[in-house]
Amino acid sequence: MTGWIKVGPASDLGDDDVRRFDLGERTFAIYRADGKVYATDGLCTHEQIHLSDGLVMDHVIECPMHNGRFDIRNGRALGAPACVDLKTYPAKVEGDAIFIQVD
Amino acid sequence: MRIDESSPRQTRSHRDYRLIGGAGEKARDRGLVGASWYKSAIPRAAMKELMRRSDSEAIRDTLIWYALILASGVLAFASLGTAWAVPAFLLYGTLYAGPADSRWHETGHGTAFRTRWMNDLLYQVASFQVMRRPTVWRWSHARHHTDTLVTGRDLEVQAQLPISPLRLVADFFGLKLAPEEFLKALANAAGYVSAEEKSFIPPVEWPRVVSQARAWVAIYALLGALCFYLGSWIPLLFVGLPSIYGAWLYNVFGLPQHACLPENVLDHRLNCRTVMMNPVSRFLYWNMNYHVEHHMFPMVAYHALPRLYEAVKDDCPPAYASNWAAWREIIPALLRQWRDPTYYVRRELPAQRPATGAGGVA
Repeated sequence: MTGWIKVGPASDLGDDDVRRFDLGERTFAIYRADGKVYATDGLCTHEQIHLSDGLVMDHVIECPMHNGRFDIRNGRALGAPACVDLKTYPAKVEGDAIFIQVD
Repeated sequence: MRIDESSPRQTRSHRDYRLIGGAGEKARDRGLVGASWYKSAIPRAAMKELMRRSDSEAIRDTLIWYALILASGVLAFASLGTAWAVPAFLLYGTLYAGPADSRWHETGHGTAFRTRWMNDLLYQVASFQVMRRPTVWRWSHARHHTDTLVTGRDLEVQAQLPISPLRLVADFFGLKLAPEEFLKALANAAGYVSAEEKSFIPPVEWPRVVSQARAWVAIYALLGALCFYLGSWIPLLFVGLPSIYGAWLYNVFGLPQHACLPENVLDHRLNCRTVMMNPVSRFLYWNMNYHVEHHMFPMVAYHALPRLYEAVKDDCPPAYASNWAAWREIIPALLRQWRDPTYYVRRELPAQRPATGAGGVA
């Protein structure tokens, strides 16, 4: 499974917000911050909680369960209880659609 | 939502609460570990507003808190050698350790301040004041949120069954936690991380457990040296011992969070209490009296919890009118649990409303 996948309309995703996108067995989190879109794996690396219910603030996604934090630009875990980085994916907007490139 | 009816009916042993060799595996078999908990439905836009972070409230409250500690410390020092020293030190110790519990808690979640280093700094200082090893308790508290009151998984069950009155009273007055933590910090400082600690703290954090314990031991060694040099215990009355003699306040506030409520249920409306408090108590406790709401949505900062309470109150059992109202339920319930460990306080849920699963927002 490679290539760009359409995940939904860009107008549905406000600035400093996050949405969940499921593809088969996989789940992703799609973000918008400072007008740019980003994509990461959808589950927190700490306890597999969906990040799409979390808080986006200053390019950081905070897990809704234990407040683990990740930089959405590179997936870097920013401190306990998030100790393992998130996987990131290229994302772009074309027209009013958001696309991510999955491997 | 699941109520594990069989578990509260079984005879309990304190061994069941151990993370290794306790009832954790049984809980896992029953689907209680890392499970999906009930959450009230809140529109995403409203939730985003509730989760909004700010520095100003916590900076203001922290400055007031330390000003109060300083003022009461001056009062305590001035009262040395008089009978006023007893109430003065009680006031000082209560202000030193009492609010440190909620500050430790909120900064541990990273919600108190918007700025991360401020959360981290106050977390370290408040952990020392309340005497909880910072990294160990950060992970223990994460577990408490994942598996709240799940027997053999949650390390923070204070009123364990069967009730041991002596243990509970000792804990209430700070005679259990601080001495235990001090001894465990000594072990950590020597490089020893116990099997139980290793069971919930990932290996990458073990060096931090050791280095923080060494920092604590260094501080207490300096304090001991100062006491020796002065030929007086007074320095310890200002730093160290307040963690014990000031602990009563956070237990007055904190024990009602979960005491006598059922273990092994997947609904925080059943195993947490929300208690109405006056503004002074809410300042000292940083709104942790809104405990059902905090557990349901841990990302909401303390200063937004009253608004969260308003948003979900129709979906929750009625809040207790006061802390005294909660204690009026808890004291007889503890006495009954002493005789009958199968007893627990059952909270009535309101009629079912649409709810989300683990996601939590609609």
